[in-house]
Amino acid sequence: MTAYTATVTVRLKRGVLDPEAETTQQALERLGFELSDLRSADRFEVDLDATDADEAADRADEMAERLLANPTIHDYDVAVAER
Amino acid sequence: MTVSVVQFGGSNCDRDAVRALEHLGIDAERVWHEDGLPEDADGIVLPGGFSYGDYLRAGAMAARAPIMADVRAAAEEGVPVIGVCNGAQIGSESGLTSGAFTTNASARFQCEPVHLRVERADTPWTAAYDEGEVIEVPIAHGEGRFEISEASHADLVADDRVLFRYCDADGNATDAANPNGSTDNVAGVLGERESVAVLMPHPERATLPDLGRSTDGAGILEAFA
Repeated sequence: MTAYTATVTVRLKRGVLDPEAETTQQALERLGFELSDLRSADRFEVDLDATDADEAADRADEMAERLLANPTIHDYDVAVAER
Repeated sequence: MTVSVVQFGGSNCDRDAVRALEHLGIDAERVWHEDGLPEDADGIVLPGGFSYGDYLRAGAMAARAPIMADVRAAAEEGVPVIGVCNGAQIGSESGLTSGAFTTNASARFQCEPVHLRVERADTPWTAAYDEGEVIEVPIAHGEGRFEISEASHADLVADDRVLFRYCDADGNATDAANPNGSTDNVAGVLGERESVAVLMPHPERATLPDLGRSTDGAGILEAFA
């Protein structure tokens, strides 16, 4: 078994309104920053032991499918690295 | 008929639901989620609140609590189930209904009376109303914006499973009358069975005459009578 960190990034699908990101962008602009857009995402770092990177990714993928993301509004991706 | 009002950590409308149901002469009891669903539950309310502190997404944690497997099984057997506010979020997160409830377009928590148009009057939840009738029921949520894929929305409309839409006092489902940016002004939907429904507005807060301006929500809870 090898120790991995699977990083699951969950973001709103393109086209789904993100009021938190809009509010954050407005606050940055009030601080004087110039930006053309801002998107937010949630990142989960999952430490787990697996026989190989594919198994670690599969397990993290299932975590995203069953809990971390809501398929109605979210896309997600998984990246695995040895820890 | 005994209605089980399922209480999660952070539920806060469970007592209100029991009191509103009892006012209507319907037996109701609070059920702590860890105790499991009573076998004789003739009806189920998923009440409002902030279960698990809205961690991850509103309703996400409670939807994965073991009792929800019992609730889904009961729903499939035809036991009437309604999710209100956080209960609606839990219901949609657990797959009882389609779509999702997420952050209001305003990015604010909104607590205000709204008008709802009754889109179906031939369900247990709306038998007290006429189709197209306008009722007044309060909302109190930060994550009530109904989102759904275009394909699923088309199915929802084609199957006539929209139960309530936000509207103005005359029954027009306008953008101005849409408090949270919900797709198609949807405020409440039916599941695959008409005995399953979720809605963001609070019928239990518009049932007791002493509470204020409207008792229009009583008709929804009368489904359990």
